[in-house]
Amino acid sequence: MSEPELAAPELASVEVHGVTRGAFIVRGVLAASAVYGVGTVAPFVGEALARDGGADVDILNFALTLEYLEADFYQRASGLSGEAASLAKRFGDEEAQHADALRATIGKLGGTPVRKPTFSFPGGGQRAFLKLAQTLEDTGVGAYNGAAPKIRSKEVLAAAGGIVQVEGRHAAAIRLLNGAPPAPLAFDKALDRATVLGAVKPFIKS
Amino acid sequence: MQDNRGTSARERQASALDELAHDTASRQRFLKVMGGAGAAGALGTLLAACGGTRSTQAGTTQATTSSPSARSDLKILQYALTLEHVEADFYSKVLGSGLFKGKALDLLKTINQHEHDHVQTVTATIKKLGGAPAAKPNTRFPLTDARTVLNLASVFENLGAAAYLGQAPKIKSPEVLAAALSIHTVEARHAAALNTMVHKPVTPEGAFAKPASMADVLPKVKPFIAGTTVPRGD
Repeated sequence: MSEPELAAPELASVEVHGVTRGAFIVRGVLAASAVYGVGTVAPFVGEALARDGGADVDILNFALTLEYLEADFYQRASGLSGEAASLAKRFGDEEAQHADALRATIGKLGGTPVRKPTFSFPGGGQRAFLKLAQTLEDTGVGAYNGAAPKIRSKEVLAAAGGIVQVEGRHAAAIRLLNGAPPAPLAFDKALDRATVLGAVKPFIKS
Repeated sequence: MQDNRGTSARERQASALDELAHDTASRQRFLKVMGGAGAAGALGTLLAACGGTRSTQAGTTQATTSSPSARSDLKILQYALTLEHVEADFYSKVLGSGLFKGKALDLLKTINQHEHDHVQTVTATIKKLGGAPAAKPNTRFPLTDARTVLNLASVFENLGAAAYLGQAPKIKSPEVLAAALSIHTVEARHAAALNTMVHKPVTPEGAFAKPASMADVLPKVKPFIAGTTVPRGD
């Protein structure tokens, strides 16, 4: 599976060599202006220069940590059978692809991807595995939905959207296996970073 | 600044089709999707079905909202509302069909409630931004048997998720974006559950879900919108 498509493919041709992130973003929006029209992106130029602190990189690195955790969780699965086994395999592959795509995007923005932590998960068989899978997927959905409105770049937002939809699909499928409602609410909750970290901390060893 | 409700409701239905009708690139994609000379006629029919023209649309939105960002978000919300109306109406009719029982019925009831909640919230958001919500279209669905209905539900939910994903990066207001995202993943959950029921993959597009534009989505909804619309009755 390939990386998510950029909303503006022209951006892929913008080279970044020894330029500041602000300059990179300005070039990015100028490229985007060719696609969307100058008027639509002009307001973002000033904002990009003002926010040379890597807000998007920060969000992406937070997401990367969660994807590392999810991928690791599924890849360690053992002793599963039936639908649980095939979904764990499929979802593990997809989480790993998310991590790859996030690492690549962080690199494109001139940032440094966070190190992959060491994780540990409780054992306990298929039932316990699926229960924790449900918690992790629901948390992933809330984490992306909480962070996404803070994303500056439309391209990054589009990529994050393509990922969170898949997290929502995972969550629903796992919930069905657990006999839980696939969509417990009409509106998925957005989780703030502290809540998400609290939920995943027990599984991060170092 | 007179607000003539009688005409404005119909005029504002044009919002959902604004891009399609007046953006050249969108129109070209639409024509490509529909194919051939009949496409122009089909587009005309769709626009007529949903009412309004560019000039009236521009006039009404300018009269009710001040900033270009709000107008742009309104256009997206009207489009979302039209899709939510179609979904909500679909499930209402499905529940009335008596085709389902047990677990399938429970799931369809839940989804029905969600879609009506979405209609309510999107409607409220449009009003908050100073717009007049698009009218509920008249719908028609082939409710022949349970299998057909579940397959169609799966199509609608996957399409709905892709439609929200397609609009999200275009939304200007962080509040509207947050609301759209919280609906987007619920449509995704519905899609996954229905895909499971009809033995389709949970993630048919793999690790990265694909967005769909208005020009992609509207022709797929069109067959379920009847030739005339009724004003929303309060």
